[in-house]
Amino acid sequence: MADPRHWRERAIVQLTLARFREFYREPEAMFWTFIFPIIMAAGLGLAFRNKPPETLKVAVVRNAAAGAIVTGLTRDRQLDVQLLDDSVATRYLRTGKVALVVAAKGGAAVEYRFDDTRPESISARRIVDDALQRGNGRQDPVVTADALVREPGSRYIDFLIPGLLGMNLMASSMWGIGFTVVDQRRKKLLKRFVATPMSRAEYLLSFLLARLTLLVVEVGTLVTFGVLVFGVPLRGSVATLSVVCLLGSLAFGGLGLLIAARPKTVEAASGLMNFAMLPMWVLSGVFFSSANFPDAMQPLVKALPLTAVNDALRAIMLEGAGFADLGLPLSILTAWLVICFTVALRIFRWR
Amino acid sequence: MKPLVSKDASPALAIVGLIKRYGDVTAVAGLDLTVSRGECFGLLGPNGAGKTTTIEICEGLNEADEGEVRVLGMTHREHPDEIRAAIGISLQETQLTEKLTVEETVQLFQSFYPRRRPVDEVIAAVQLGEKRHARVGSLSGGQKQRLALACALVGDPELFFLDEPTTGLDPQSRRQLWELITRFKAEGRTVVITTHYMDEAEQLCDRVAIVDHGKIIALGTPRELIALVGSEHVVEFRLESATADLQTLGALPGVTRVKAVDDRYQLDVSQVHQTIPALLEYLTGIPATLADLVTHTATLEDVFVHLTGRHLRDG
Repeated sequence: MADPRHWRERAIVQLTLARFREFYREPEAMFWTFIFPIIMAAGLGLAFRNKPPETLKVAVVRNAAAGAIVTGLTRDRQLDVQLLDDSVATRYLRTGKVALVVAAKGGAAVEYRFDDTRPESISARRIVDDALQRGNGRQDPVVTADALVREPGSRYIDFLIPGLLGMNLMASSMWGIGFTVVDQRRKKLLKRFVATPMSRAEYLLSFLLARLTLLVVEVGTLVTFGVLVFGVPLRGSVATLSVVCLLGSLAFGGLGLLIAARPKTVEAASGLMNFAMLPMWVLSGVFFSSANFPDAMQPLVKALPLTAVNDALRAIMLEGAGFADLGLPLSILTAWLVICFTVALRIFRWR
Repeated sequence: MKPLVSKDASPALAIVGLIKRYGDVTAVAGLDLTVSRGECFGLLGPNGAGKTTTIEICEGLNEADEGEVRVLGMTHREHPDEIRAAIGISLQETQLTEKLTVEETVQLFQSFYPRRRPVDEVIAAVQLGEKRHARVGSLSGGQKQRLALACALVGDPELFFLDEPTTGLDPQSRRQLWELITRFKAEGRTVVITTHYMDEAEQLCDRVAIVDHGKIIALGTPRELIALVGSEHVVEFRLESATADLQTLGALPGVTRVKAVDDRYQLDVSQVHQTIPALLEYLTGIPATLADLVTHTATLEDVFVHLTGRHLRDG
């Protein structure tokens, strides 16, 4: 039967509008959902950005033969050569200011002074030695060429952006639903609502609808930021990415609803919320790979919804995975979704 | 348009043998009550008397342990949705969402109801026209309470349940709310209201049930209840460091009943002009110094004191 009412007068529309209004009229919620993840990505991206190859600092001891050596070495762009008095050069080596000290001995002889436990000293010795040998006429029998590969996708920022996206999905979905529900229960608004003919299913559905709409903005800004500013690759399809974000958001929404099903105070809900989120922050590979945890823990780690979301997002963005490759994470998320909603609805306290 | 199941012949509210226990505490201890359609009915009693529990069972927010409640001829078990669609309620402690405006809040509640009144009309009816775009958080206590009534009114209910709608409000806001409730009644709606303000019950209600310890201890029109006191006037006084003899007080001319509540003496009096001179003469003879002397016409408060020996506010 067609409802003769204008669509705006329908309960599901009004309830969803109320969710939006509650959200965008709370500047802090806007900040934590949209701005904070970008600040975090920017900060971490800058801290762990890929630096250009470093130059190695080399000291040449000042003596009669030093001039020729310096001229020979400065041609190499990997080296930063300084001419120093013997005592100064020794002190610089000891304090790590130079990686290697080169001292010309009589004739064509050269002495290298360095600490063979410092990798950069060993590199410096090789580079300096090659430069000096070739400068004095050494011919290399094998012709070599360097092809440099600096691929986006293998940098820290590429690892980080999908992780932040997953963490943000978790936080905003769980808090977005959990906080409002518990707050309305505390204010006896839930009780007031259930004394009207309002459909309880529509009330809960309004949270999901509002969440999914905000999700588009939330995921959109962070992914766009990552791609444009840091050149993070998006190799998989936007459709796959959207489905994973959607399913992840619903699973976290279900978890948030489960946590919010009974508590009567926001404080009690906060405690439960942190209790649920903390293990995932640590274990689910937001900032570092979850593969670092021992094998015995892996089944537990893999079963967490944030691990599933992060693994799926990384596979899509960095490896171009499609649905066929994502069977495990998608199944894990679906299981969380179904179990959480079923239990939450069963134990939900309306009064 | 009438709700499907409601039978016009049935009373607005019929409660038979209602009992509700919370552990060892019996909140409602066998309560019977019938409210006719179009009536404004008051449940008057101190805090903790069982008024809220009773009204929440009627609203379907709480379940009875024993007894039956019929709302507009329907039970919550058989017709929960029909009842919810036909009643409008205001709860004691509801805080509406502060971030929404008055208009948005009324619109939201309107969307829940199958039968609805226009939002503009309802906002005008509760005199919040100037505040329609104001956030709920910025409203005064009285305005919030009127908005709560608007949320109840927008479903065009036949029956209102108002749980202490004026508690904590200033006198002017209370008066505005009374006007509104009087108008609901004039529109032919039934109103069931709980209060611990005797003046509110006297002012608004056609009939009042005085509730104490989960039971109705008196029921009738405010006039009938006041007649229970036995006389139209009350003389109250307090003495400094002396006691008066209750029997002597009872023998004074015009006194129908004597009661000592704490350090106050209370005389139910038919003829104040005869009693006062005789009382003053007796007190001078004790001798006693009068700390305080008040006379007033009997109110429902006096009825409550008369019946229970306690004041309504004592709880």
